Amino acid sequence: MSDKTTLPKRRAPLSQLLQPDLEPAPPVVEGTIGAKITVTIDGIETKVPLGTTILEAAKSIGVKIPTLCYHPDLEIAGICRICVVEVEGQRTLQAACAYPITDPIRINTYSRAVRLARRNVLDLILSEHCGDCYSCMKNGNCELQSLAEEYGVDEFRFGHLEVPVPVDDSSYSVVRDMNKCIRCRRCVRTCIDLQEVGVYEAVNRSNRVSIETFLDKPLLTVPCINCGQCINRCPTGALYAKPALHAVWKAIDDPAKHVIIQTAPSPRAAMGEMFGLEPGTTVTYQMNTALKRMGFEHVFDTNFTADLTIIEEGTELILRLYKALVQGDTSVALPQFTSCSPGWVKYAEHFWPEFIPNLSTAKSPQQMFGALIKTYYAEKMGLDPASVVSVALMPCSAKKFECNRPEMNDSGYKDVDFGLTTRELGSMFRQAGLHVPTMPKSDFDDPFGGATGSGLIFGATGGVMESALRTVLELVTGRKLETIYEHGDIIPVRGFEGVRYAELTIDEVGPVPSILAHLVPDWEWLRGATLKVAIAHGTANARKVMEDIKAGGHFSKCHFVEFMACPGGCLGGGGQPIPTSKEIRSARARAIYGEEKTLDVRKSFENPAVVRIYEEFLTDGPCGHKSHELLHTGYIDRGKFIE
Amino acid sequence: MLITERDRLREDVLAIAELTDCHRASLIPILRKVKEKYRGIDTYAMQLIADVLGIHPVEVYSVATFYSFIQPQTQGRLAFRLCRTLSCELEGKESVAEQLQRDLGIGFGETTPDQVFSLEWANCMGMCDQGPAMLVNETVYTQLTPGKVHDIVEEYKSQQEGHVTKRQAERVL
Repeated sequence: MSDKTTLPKRRAPLSQLLQPDLEPAPPVVEGTIGAKITVTIDGIETKVPLGTTILEAAKSIGVKIPTLCYHPDLEIAGICRICVVEVEGQRTLQAACAYPITDPIRINTYSRAVRLARRNVLDLILSEHCGDCYSCMKNGNCELQSLAEEYGVDEFRFGHLEVPVPVDDSSYSVVRDMNKCIRCRRCVRTCIDLQEVGVYEAVNRSNRVSIETFLDKPLLTVPCINCGQCINRCPTGALYAKPALHAVWKAIDDPAKHVIIQTAPSPRAAMGEMFGLEPGTTVTYQMNTALKRMGFEHVFDTNFTADLTIIEEGTELILRLYKALVQGDTSVALPQFTSCSPGWVKYAEHFWPEFIPNLSTAKSPQQMFGALIKTYYAEKMGLDPASVVSVALMPCSAKKFECNRPEMNDSGYKDVDFGLTTRELGSMFRQAGLHVPTMPKSDFDDPFGGATGSGLIFGATGGVMESALRTVLELVTGRKLETIYEHGDIIPVRGFEGVRYAELTIDEVGPVPSILAHLVPDWEWLRGATLKVAIAHGTANARKVMEDIKAGGHFSKCHFVEFMACPGGCLGGGGQPIPTSKEIRSARARAIYGEEKTLDVRKSFENPAVVRIYEEFLTDGPCGHKSHELLHTGYIDRGKFIE
Repeated sequence: MLITERDRLREDVLAIAELTDCHRASLIPILRKVKEKYRGIDTYAMQLIADVLGIHPVEVYSVATFYSFIQPQTQGRLAFRLCRTLSCELEGKESVAEQLQRDLGIGFGETTPDQVFSLEWANCMGMCDQGPAMLVNETVYTQLTPGKVHDIVEEYKSQQEGHVTKRQAERVL
């Protein structure tokens, strides 16, 4: 293989690759990009920076232009032509999303020509769309459906798609129904540009074009990481998460089954959106009541195993560092990578199999909980594990794949039976007539205790790192974290930049706490050491970091790297309510950090349920024999070449 | 595909890719070379090209299916491409097409079982004043008549020893 791989390989134009925060903006010169220019939209005059698109300019003054192929997270394509507008002096209509304003132009967004053209575009799209709206997962939340309503479509002028192609439901996570595809290529741009996984592309030409996987193979057989970002950005119902809600209803209806649910932090910050609340409204405790009314025996908090993950993963990190720094073991794989994000894990297995030893062997919180439900919990409650149905509410489509991984049965049963997305549970609530926002509040059930802040922030990018650092810093220095960081908030690892890097120096060390006493004799070897950590979210950013590590760049000097497959972390996951945008994701992050502040327990090792489980059940301590059996796992070298 | 063949393919791909420092810009030159030499772009080749250029196999697949001349399907050593556009139609391409199918023993979009001849339609090749026109690999033939086409096919057949038409193969089977 050639080692000349330094040129940018992305297909995005260079201007979109440059990170604005790395390069200071040049001073604005009259008549160049950035200078203000007057534009008249529907008779309203406004000033916008030169180079602004018509769509952005219209949005800034509250004029709505319909879009389909445009998405705020993606590069401009200008292919669906639904956003055409009339620009005075131009012979033809122009696509508003792809027209940068460089002259003081006059625009009409709803002239007769525009309306007729849009209706024509819509009729043409509908002629290739199998519009069985009432049997569609996106019914009521479909951009094409609402456009058809907006433009008063009352007949299929150019016919209607009648011969259905088979639906590809081979994947555990993502179902593709190409009868509903309108070739807007949002999934293509999501997969190639945003995530750099590259599952879909437009194949063939002209009217024969279709969106296909490599050689149109089933999704299960191509290197898809199940992140579901394409689902979040599909304007129609062509892509959706494989539904599990019918199976969950069936289990609830079966009196012989003991159905419990664990809920992850991110869906709680987003469930409100399913009921029309503003993004960033948490409904954690209202949801607990609704879940119990719906028929779940107990509602548990995934934060408990998030804390357990921190203890296990943190201990693993300390052991790796001890082996490498003190015992001089050169075979230790550093930096250690997090393994909570199943999308990232599968991405690493496909594209960076040589780094599998770097992945933490600790399971994700969902799978740890699954393993404990059918052992510790069943034992404690005197239940037959075979009758326990363990459901997980996750913001994620990849979790559906993860719970179906064949090795995830360490309890002797399938550890987690079903993964539900936020959207699915929202629809279950609606079926049951439960209006979550107005429910009374109730807490999580024992024996796993209530929410802790350290587990809660797993939902946002940088959260796993912050939780891990809170625990490691306090255990190593023996000092209260609040004396090191204000309120114990480790701000350097927060934020939304794609890749972040932080260094923390350990000035002083304390005694080894009893929980770790059997693993390391003292902390002296960490005195004065600098802990280097990095965070990347979105697999495109993960790829940047991995390329740097492979080339021996400064990320290869890191000790611990947090990777999340989805932009924004779990709160931007592929199972979250649609639509998504940077603003919505930041609102959810604010909700999570806001709720975190109100909680008493904000460090994993202080979680009383975690302390108890090490006393009662995992008696040989973190990374001990029993925890290795139940809470740790292995990975598969999948490679990216397929037959 | 044998390992040695894979090595040879890798060398061919790298020879072109390295001219542009393995930039994705060399995708089409590579595809043309592979198509010319191996007469098709198979599953492994597409993934290899993607790996060398640091792009995704599906992107290679997308580009290959976009262009008629680098379609991934394996073609015969001699690709007959008859123009199907308007001016050639007016000059009587239909009878030429029939003659071609009869002489080669295959229909349009097909390849002879011994992988020697392929027949397909092409769009305008700029020979509108001399239609009907046809391409055989890189060679252009113009002002075709059924008789002329018959002679051309016979000429190529005589150069290909042991060529078996589809009909002959069916008779044997």
